[in-house]
Amino acid sequence: MITSRRSFLQVATTVAGASTLPVAARAWESRAPDNPFACLVDLTRCIGCRKCEEACNRVNDLPAPAQSFEDLRTLKSERRPTTTAYTVINRYTTGVLGSGHRQQPIYVKVQCMHCQDPACASACPTGAMAKQANGAVTYDPSQCIGCRYCLIACPFQIPAYEYERALTPRVRKCTFCFERLEVGKLPACAAICPADAIVFGRRRQLLVEAKRRIRERPARYVSHIYGEHEVGGTSWLYLSGVPFPHLAFPNLPSQAIPRPTESIQHALFHNLWSPAALFALLAAVMAVTRRNDDERPGTKGGES
Amino acid sequence: MTAEPRPVDRCFWTPGVWMLTALMAAAALTLILRFAFGLGMVTNLDNAHPWGIWIGIDVAAGVALAAGGFTTAFLGHILGRHYYEPVTRPALLTAALGYTMVAFAVFVDLGRSWAIWKFLVFQNHRSVLFEVGICVMTYLLVLWIELLPAVAARLGRRVRLLGWIDRGVRKTMGAFIILGVVLSCCHQSSLGSLMVIAPTKLHPLWYTPWLPLHFLLSAIAVGFPMVVVETGLATRSLHLDSEMPVLVPLSRLAAAALGVALVVRLGDFVARESHLFIDGSGASISLLVELVLGGVLPLIMLLIPAVRRSRGGLFVAAALVVLGVLINRINVFVVALSPPFAEHAYVPAAGELIITAGSVAALMFLYRAAVTYLPILSARKLEEVH
Ligand code: SF4
Ligand code: SF4
Ligand code: SF4
Repeated sequence: MITSRRSFLQVATTVAGASTLPVAARAWESRAPDNPFACLVDLTRCIGCRKCEEACNRVNDLPAPAQSFEDLRTLKSERRPTTTAYTVINRYTTGVLGSGHRQQPIYVKVQCMHCQDPACASACPTGAMAKQANGAVTYDPSQCIGCRYCLIACPFQIPAYEYERALTPRVRKCTFCFERLEVGKLPACAAICPADAIVFGRRRQLLVEAKRRIRERPARYVSHIYGEHEVGGTSWLYLSGVPFPHLAFPNLPSQAIPRPTESIQHALFHNLWSPAALFALLAAVMAVTRRNDDERPGTKGGES
Repeated sequence: MTAEPRPVDRCFWTPGVWMLTALMAAAALTLILRFAFGLGMVTNLDNAHPWGIWIGIDVAAGVALAAGGFTTAFLGHILGRHYYEPVTRPALLTAALGYTMVAFAVFVDLGRSWAIWKFLVFQNHRSVLFEVGICVMTYLLVLWIELLPAVAARLGRRVRLLGWIDRGVRKTMGAFIILGVVLSCCHQSSLGSLMVIAPTKLHPLWYTPWLPLHFLLSAIAVGFPMVVVETGLATRSLHLDSEMPVLVPLSRLAAAALGVALVVRLGDFVARESHLFIDGSGASISLLVELVLGGVLPLIMLLIPAVRRSRGGLFVAAALVVLGVLINRINVFVVALSPPFAEHAYVPAAGELIITAGSVAALMFLYRAAVTYLPILSARKLEEVH
C-alpha cells in the first residue's frame, strides 16, 4: 500500500507540474467513449466468495489455480492479477466491527479498471492496447511487440506479462469480457455474483445509482465513488464503507494519465513542424558557413 | 595533429581485446538462454518492474552517451569549425556503434523480438515509444550513411557497389548531417518524455513534465565530455599523439553546455520543491551522486583553466560528467520507478549484468577493430611515433 503522505505530495507535484506545461496542454482532447459499458462494484455487499474469480477463470480458459477457489487460505495474502488470474479478491480488516464484535472483513475485487483515457493504450507503440467504443480496453497479441511499455504506463499496475514464454509472450489482463459484451451478455464475473456486488450497466446510469446509494445510506458509505474522477474516469467504479486508501486503492489525480505526454508530442511533432523548422535553421547556418569557407580559400576541409 | 585519418597500425590482439572477447562470449551464451527460454529465464523483471538495466543502461544511457556524434557533427560540419575535425570521425564511429548496440539491446529486451517490425506497420502516433523507435531507427541509418566515406575509402574499390553508393551519397552528405542532428534532438528529448506517462509511479525526485528538456540538455552537455573520454582512452591504449589542442577548446564549450543543463535542471527541481523529498534513502543518495558528483563538481573543475589544460584533470572532469549522465538515466528509468504494489525491489539478475557487460565489450571491440581497419583516427604511423 502506498504511504499516503508521499502519494499526496506526488499527486500534488504531478498536477502542479502538468499545469505548468507549455502552450499545447490546452489543445489536448479526451477520446473517451460517451457513456460506455461499466461496472459498479459495491464493496459493502461483497461477501468474498470468489465466484467471480472462478467465472473469470472459466470464460477465459485459464489454467486451474494451485489452490481451489473455495480455499479460504488464499485470502491470507494480498494478491495482484497475474497472467493466469485476471481478477483477484483481497481481504482487508480495517477495524470496522461487525456482529458479535468481530472485525468485519472487507473484500476488494481487483481487475483492469478500463480507464476512459487509458495510459496503456496511449503508451502502446503499435496500438495493440486499445480502448473500444463499448468501453473495454482490449489487447491484440498479433500487434504486440512485447515492449512492456503498457506495464510501465498503467497507474493501477494491472497488466501482467508472460515472462516465461520464449517466442510468443503476451500481456494478460481482464478483457471486460469483450466478446460477451458484443453479443449482449454480461461480464462473467458480474453475471455470477450472488450478492449483487457487481452491477453492470452504462457508466452514466451507474454513477447516478452510486450517488443514490450514498445519499440514501450515508452511514454505510464514504462519499467517494472511486473511478468517477480518478485518472479522468474509469469504466469500473467502486463504492466502499471505508476510505479507499485503506483498501490499497492508489491515490490518483483526476487528470487523464496520457495528457502530459500526448500534449508534449502534439506540441512538438504536430505535422512535424519542429523537426522541419530545425532542419531549415541548420541548413541556413550550414549554407552561410560554407559560403564563408569558399570565400576564404585554403580553409576548406572535411569530406562534406 | 594535421594528419589525415588513416587506419592505425597497432597490434590488434592485445590482452585487453582478449578480455573483451571473453565478456562477449559469456553474453552470447546468456543470449541463447534468453531466446530459448524467455526473458524470465535471465532477468529479474516482473509485472511491477517491467523495465530493468537493459532499458536504463543499454538503451537510455547508450543513446545519451552516443551524443558525441551529433554534437561534434554540429560543431564541425554545420558551424564549419574544421579545427575540430580530428575528433568528428571517431565521435561519428562511436555514435554509429553505440546506436547499433542500442538497437541490439531493444531487440533483446522486446518480448517478441521477431515482431520488432510491427511498430512500422501498426503505428500509434500518440505513443512516445513509437516516435523514439522511428527516430532511433532512422538515425541509425543516417549514421551509417555518414560513416560510408570512411568505409568506402577502404573497401570502395573492392566492393564496387559501395563505392558507387558512396559517390552518390557524398553530394547530399550535408543533408544527412543536418538530418542526423535533427533526429538526435527529437529522440534525445523524447527519451525523457517516455517516463512522463507514469507520473504517479515515478519518484518525485525525478518526475517532471520537463524531463524531455532535461534529457536534451544533458545529452548536449555530455557530448563533448564523451569525446574527451573516448579520445583519452584511445590515445592511451593505442599510443597516439595527444589531441589536447582540440580537446582544450572543446572543454570550454562542454563547461557552457553543462552549466546550462544544470541551471535548468536545478531551477526546475527547486521550483517543483523536489528537494523536500531528499532524505536518507537510497534514491536520494543516487540523486545526489548524479547531481553533485556528476554535475556540480565537474562543472567547477571545467571552469578552472588549469584543470582544462591538464590532461589528467580534463579527463577526470569529463569522466565525471559521463558518469553523471549515466547515473541519471539509470535513476530515471530504474531507480525512480516506484510501482504501487511491488513485492520486492528490482535488482538486476546476473544474466542482465552479463549481457550489459557483453554489449559494452562488443562496443569497444568493434571500435578497436574499426580504427584498425578503417581511416578513422588521425594517427601517425608507429615508426613516426617512436
Ligand atoms: S487499468 Fe491499466 S491496464 Fe486497465 S485500462 Fe487502465 S491503464 Fe490500461
Ligand atoms: S507490450 Fe505489447 S501491448 Fe504492451 S505496449 Fe508493448 S506492444 Fe503494446
Ligand atoms: S470482466 Fe470478464 S475478464 Fe474481466 S474480471 Fe470479469 S470475468 Fe474476468
